[in-house]
Amino acid sequence: MGALPLPTLDQAVSALRDGATSSRELCESVLGRIDTVDSRIGAYLYVDREEVLADAAAADRRRADGSQLGPFDGIPIAVKDNMAVRGQPLTCASRILKDFVSPYDATVIERLRSQGFIFLGRTNMDEFAMGSSNENSGLQATSNPHDSSRVPGGSSGGSAAAVAGGEAIVALGSDTGGSIRLPASFCGVVGVKPTYGRVSRYGLVAFASSLDQIGPLTRTVRDSALMLDIISGRDPRDSTSLPEPAGGCASCLSAASVNGMRCGMPREYFEVEGLDPSVRECVENAARQLEAEGAEIVEVSLPMLKYAIAAYYIIATAEASANLARFDGVRYGLRDSEGEAESLLAQYRLSRARGFGDEVKRRIILGTYVLSSGYYDAYYLRAQKVRTLIRKDFEHAFTECDVILSPVSPEPAYKKGELATPLRMYLADIYTISVNLAGICGLSVPCGATESGLPIGLQMLAPALHEKRLLQAAATYEAIRGDL
Amino acid sequence: MTGALHGYEAIIGLEVHIQVRTSTKLFCGCPNRFGGEPNTRVCPVCMGYPGVLPVLNREAVRKTLGAGLMCDCTINTYSKFDRKNYFYPDMPKNYQISQYDLPFCRGGTMPVSGVGLSGGEMQSKGIGITRIHLEEDVAKSTHFGSYSGIDFNRAGIPLMEIVSEPDMRTPDEAYAYLTGLKQIMQYAEISDCDMEKGQLRCDVNVSVRPVDQTAFGEKIEIKNLNSFRAVHRALEYEIDRQISDLREGASLRQETRRWDDALGMTAVMRVKESAHDYRYFPEPDLMPLEIGTDWRNEIQDSLPERPGVRRDRFVAHYRITPYDADVLTQDKLLADYFERAVAKGATPKTVANWMQTELLRELSDSAQGIAESPVAPEALAELVALIEDKTISGKIAKDVFHIMFATGKAPSVIVEEKGLKQVSDDAEIGVFVDRALAENPAVVEDYRTGNKKSLQFLMGQVMKFSRGKANPQSANRLLKERLEASEG
Repeated sequence: MGALPLPTLDQAVSALRDGATSSRELCESVLGRIDTVDSRIGAYLYVDREEVLADAAAADRRRADGSQLGPFDGIPIAVKDNMAVRGQPLTCASRILKDFVSPYDATVIERLRSQGFIFLGRTNMDEFAMGSSNENSGLQATSNPHDSSRVPGGSSGGSAAAVAGGEAIVALGSDTGGSIRLPASFCGVVGVKPTYGRVSRYGLVAFASSLDQIGPLTRTVRDSALMLDIISGRDPRDSTSLPEPAGGCASCLSAASVNGMRCGMPREYFEVEGLDPSVRECVENAARQLEAEGAEIVEVSLPMLKYAIAAYYIIATAEASANLARFDGVRYGLRDSEGEAESLLAQYRLSRARGFGDEVKRRIILGTYVLSSGYYDAYYLRAQKVRTLIRKDFEHAFTECDVILSPVSPEPAYKKGELATPLRMYLADIYTISVNLAGICGLSVPCGATESGLPIGLQMLAPALHEKRLLQAAATYEAIRGDL
Repeated sequence: MTGALHGYEAIIGLEVHIQVRTSTKLFCGCPNRFGGEPNTRVCPVCMGYPGVLPVLNREAVRKTLGAGLMCDCTINTYSKFDRKNYFYPDMPKNYQISQYDLPFCRGGTMPVSGVGLSGGEMQSKGIGITRIHLEEDVAKSTHFGSYSGIDFNRAGIPLMEIVSEPDMRTPDEAYAYLTGLKQIMQYAEISDCDMEKGQLRCDVNVSVRPVDQTAFGEKIEIKNLNSFRAVHRALEYEIDRQISDLREGASLRQETRRWDDALGMTAVMRVKESAHDYRYFPEPDLMPLEIGTDWRNEIQDSLPERPGVRRDRFVAHYRITPYDADVLTQDKLLADYFERAVAKGATPKTVANWMQTELLRELSDSAQGIAESPVAPEALAELVALIEDKTISGKIAKDVFHIMFATGKAPSVIVEEKGLKQVSDDAEIGVFVDRALAENPAVVEDYRTGNKKSLQFLMGQVMKFSRGKANPQSANRLLKERLEASEG
């Protein structure tokens, strides 16, 4: 793929500060790269070139007269198309929102905007974040930059591909069951899912309210730490956001060391059928490298793993069935006018039938079913109880270790169309999904590649609100790993 | 309509929705006000836009707890919100954030007693309140012939749902329950319960059964009731209709009926389908609430005295009649006014009379409420004192009051300015008496021959000469004395 022409976020900040580059130059590099490769990669659904350059000019003017908004003023960022940016499309890669323009900013966007970030464009995703390959997008296909016959992973596939393909310095994604970590792993970039409640969800189009989190996709761990410092923190508009203040993730990295750190490797994770040998080897190799640096590798157990996928697909679809009910064409979005509706509800059915893709419909129906009278106790209620046990699994494991190491996915990026049934796709979430159920933090950091050059990610997990520990461990690993 | 029950009894339950008076909506910062241009008091949150989240209005919770405490409810120490899922255009999210199994309040009572609307004495009893919960109101639909319009100004306004036990047996009890609820809500400033503004909505469930039967009859729901009187009329009609049908051998089925106030009858709206499956589940965007005893006690302490309790206290403490106490405690502000006036030392009974006659009449004539009264309670007290110390007569006082109401001036100022002080000096009055007697010898003769009514004419003369200021009791006494004295 060749060396990427873009700086990291960290490098961009220094270059802007030192006058070695300008916002205009940065934006033009990114836009130029998009022009060159995006017809092949398909990471972006929308880019407003004029708007971006106008914003860049404004940032440069501010820097020139000493009124810059901060160190990040003028840096472009790509945003997954499910986070509200005022005046930009908010489609969630769905036909039902194809022409919808957001009238407001998400809280994370507000925070980034106040730092001077420029909202470069909207990245492709699985429709309403439902998917693990990005193939469920209702609008276009995205390819893995390392091999265009393969998927980039999902649901934040566009953001991961953009960063990996040099089409963005940094990007925002969202993670409900692995949707940041998995595409990060498939595309060979860093992706972080913060602790549930760490980052405001106000302005993130909800898929599963109790599982969703916004997080960064970047080329380095430090870049992700810088991003988290900006976007985290309590938001009075999100009642599920935690009171912990933002900051300190980037500054703690310099003190990072794994000496004496206990790295837990869950036995059950390495017993999963279908775990690709090259994935296993990469992850075990990473463990050995950490051990060589003074870390202690311990075996831990997460026996509830076998229930995680079932619990997730009950809880997430149930919440989604309600969250997606608002898309009825009454106030915004697609209102079908071609069919002949004899009644109001028939009108809704036409709009939703035409506007939603198959996977979305599948999950809405599944979610409606598990909540329905007579089934609530057996499915939804029971799944929530299992969820508590999964959380306790992690709490217990973290008494025996400081961070957990595991694969991100049983196999690296597969070919488009290869996972023929939805169920096979669901099963591929095995390593990432329980992290969202437990609410803890986790990330994917590149740890190797297959013989044919397909990236493989190492998943690292830490207890809730221990982002600093997580990022320190990841940064140390990144340093000892060296270039891939 | 006969009203006769023919050995049947009616079982009535009421479901009342009351909008809570708060400055903003339940889950967003939009103003909580009635009216306004459609869709001007809206934001992405109450419009259910993609990506928005609800934030709970604490004042709405506080007032709901207050409503529960005013009705002797138990406050659940652990409570939460739930999503109630169904599709309808007046529901922005196509789910309503409501409460399912852990409402804020449960198990309260609304006492009813006294004379019912139809004039008969009601049995004193407590109507059970099953639960009070909080939910967001829905948008308002208006139908324009070929299309409908939806105004989201109302969407998201906090709404209390108060469900009664099926304890009511007569339309009078239902009416009394509603007026009792309204009174409590107004007392505690929880809601103004103005049905015309949609602040209170009421659905009725009614069934009938033979008196000796324990099983309930088929429950029929009545909607489109736009006033408390409509509730009363609809119940009278419906109970009669159900009993008639059953007596004719027809059977009833569960259905929803619409009350037509103009025609004075109910008609079937829809047959009750199988119960709607709302797929309730706990609202994941809102934290559950723990209502601690500290907060509960603080709310309890901040609540006003209950109307019934206040009425009883007025009777016992101020020694006014139960009827007077009823009128005065009808409205909290009226009761406050009364107590402020009495606190100034005015005789309670006199104040009560003045308030019920002159004050309320003047307020009614000028279409004002007690809060806008130009006569402050202290001023009324001053007026009463002027009567009691005989500075002015009761009759003059009425004129003074009228001027007080029109100008807002103090009574003593008015008396001074208009020279209305009562003349109580016998010598002064004597002059007027003598003049009356001197100028009307025929009337005097009339009196002496036994026509006591001529005294009134002579009194009238005395009052005329004194421009109404003669102390009537003194004038009466002096007239009689001098009439009798000169009698042989």
